[in-house]
Amino acid sequence: MIGRRGIEVSLAIAEAAKLCRVEVISAYPITPQTHIVEHLSELVADGDLEASYITVESEHSALSACVGAAATGARTFTSSSSQGLELMHEILFVASGMRLPIVMAAANRALSAPLNIWNDHSDVMAARDTGWIMLFCTNGQEALDSIIIAYKIAEDRRVLMPVMVNIDGFTLTHVVEPVEFPAQETVDAFLPPYSPAYTLHPDKPVTMGAYGIPEIYTECKFAQETAMNNSKEVVIEVLDAFGKQFGRPYKVAETYQLEDADVVFIALGAMNENIMTAIDEMRTEEKKAGLVNLRLYRPFPGEELLALLKGKKRIAVVERVMPGGALNSPLFNEITSLAYRSGLTALIKNYVIALGGRDALQSDFRHIFDDMQQASAKDTRIKKGLNFAMIGVRA
Amino acid sequence: MAKKVDEIKWHELNIGGVIDEPGSAREYFTGDWRSQRPVWDESRCIKCGVCWMVCPDIAIYQKSDGYFVANYDYSKGCGICAKECPTGAIKMVEEGR
Repeated sequence: MIGRRGIEVSLAIAEAAKLCRVEVISAYPITPQTHIVEHLSELVADGDLEASYITVESEHSALSACVGAAATGARTFTSSSSQGLELMHEILFVASGMRLPIVMAAANRALSAPLNIWNDHSDVMAARDTGWIMLFCTNGQEALDSIIIAYKIAEDRRVLMPVMVNIDGFTLTHVVEPVEFPAQETVDAFLPPYSPAYTLHPDKPVTMGAYGIPEIYTECKFAQETAMNNSKEVVIEVLDAFGKQFGRPYKVAETYQLEDADVVFIALGAMNENIMTAIDEMRTEEKKAGLVNLRLYRPFPGEELLALLKGKKRIAVVERVMPGGALNSPLFNEITSLAYRSGLTALIKNYVIALGGRDALQSDFRHIFDDMQQASAKDTRIKKGLNFAMIGVRA
Repeated sequence: MAKKVDEIKWHELNIGGVIDEPGSAREYFTGDWRSQRPVWDESRCIKCGVCWMVCPDIAIYQKSDGYFVANYDYSKGCGICAKECPTGAIKMVEEGR
């Protein structure tokens, strides 16, 4: 499969894993991720991909199997979503703490209860501080490219960390899009075989995941946090290198109509394309809206975001997850933390939208734009009750 | 590891805390977790070795005279040996007494 094809994004992601020559796959099917692992199991069963496909009874076991496989030095892939990602939760920390470069495609979906199989970011946000590098994708091409990019980042000796590639469930996973497939040789040249720092092998025994008594645990976690922080430079380097080799340059944060924007939207994932369409529409009416599309969420690219937001007056942080008892949803908390510590004086508001598969409409973004333009400093002060604006709730 | 565990700096650790040399357990005296220690009454001991067999920490040794004794650097005081001893030769004695 080379060149431009119309393909369901889930299948493109599976084909991307094949292009990366993954050696071990362990996953458990869950809507809306199923087509990814289903297609991979077909590729393995048909002999098109030389890999071990470990079938398991749960996501907890799927990621545990991946941890073991990655520890032996195999290039390892998994995919999950929603409740499945939550069931993996404790192993997410094990994978990152053991510094294993597993790549996971997370088909973002709401969490129960109430039971909901549709798209929002509740699942990934519950896993945001598990020590995984996190990328978000806006379209099918980015999804395919991000899998290749993810392995290149994860396996870098300066990084050695798991990477989660977030793809919006249904909105991306189940749509057919034109996707440009690179040649196998191009991917091979970009992504040489994984050369692990340590492997589980009887010829040279090592202990992985050992006990960390109080005398050493702090040092272990500090080393991990430092490595996570340092990985940002590698992410930037890899995105540049990918652009040079494949002709599709990416940045940790992409922008659209940002330069003269009166109101800047910040969002994660596929919703950014809706916002861009809304911006086009608003621009015809002299409404100067702009966008920062955050592609790298962990490690958080503070300096890069600050450079983009410098001098901006009004910022709308649009999120697809409830604060869950926090003052605001996670991205808003980080953007305001950034502002507080850098003298950014913009008026920043938090909008929660499109939960559990509800559409984010053009009219919603127009409403947010108007609301932002009318907002004054007193609207951003902490007040009694909810401190975010809920878009689209029937009241 | 050459260094003692409470002297290792964060940047001296292997990636992911991998331990690439054997025998590091020798340096960690897990026996200080113990609140009770097993004590043998050799007059009742029949040298059957059940205590040696059931010890989850491999902290029980047979002496040259055939009787058994715990290595208190590693015995966590779980009491399984005392519970399983068929002749009741092992008593758990509270530490500090």
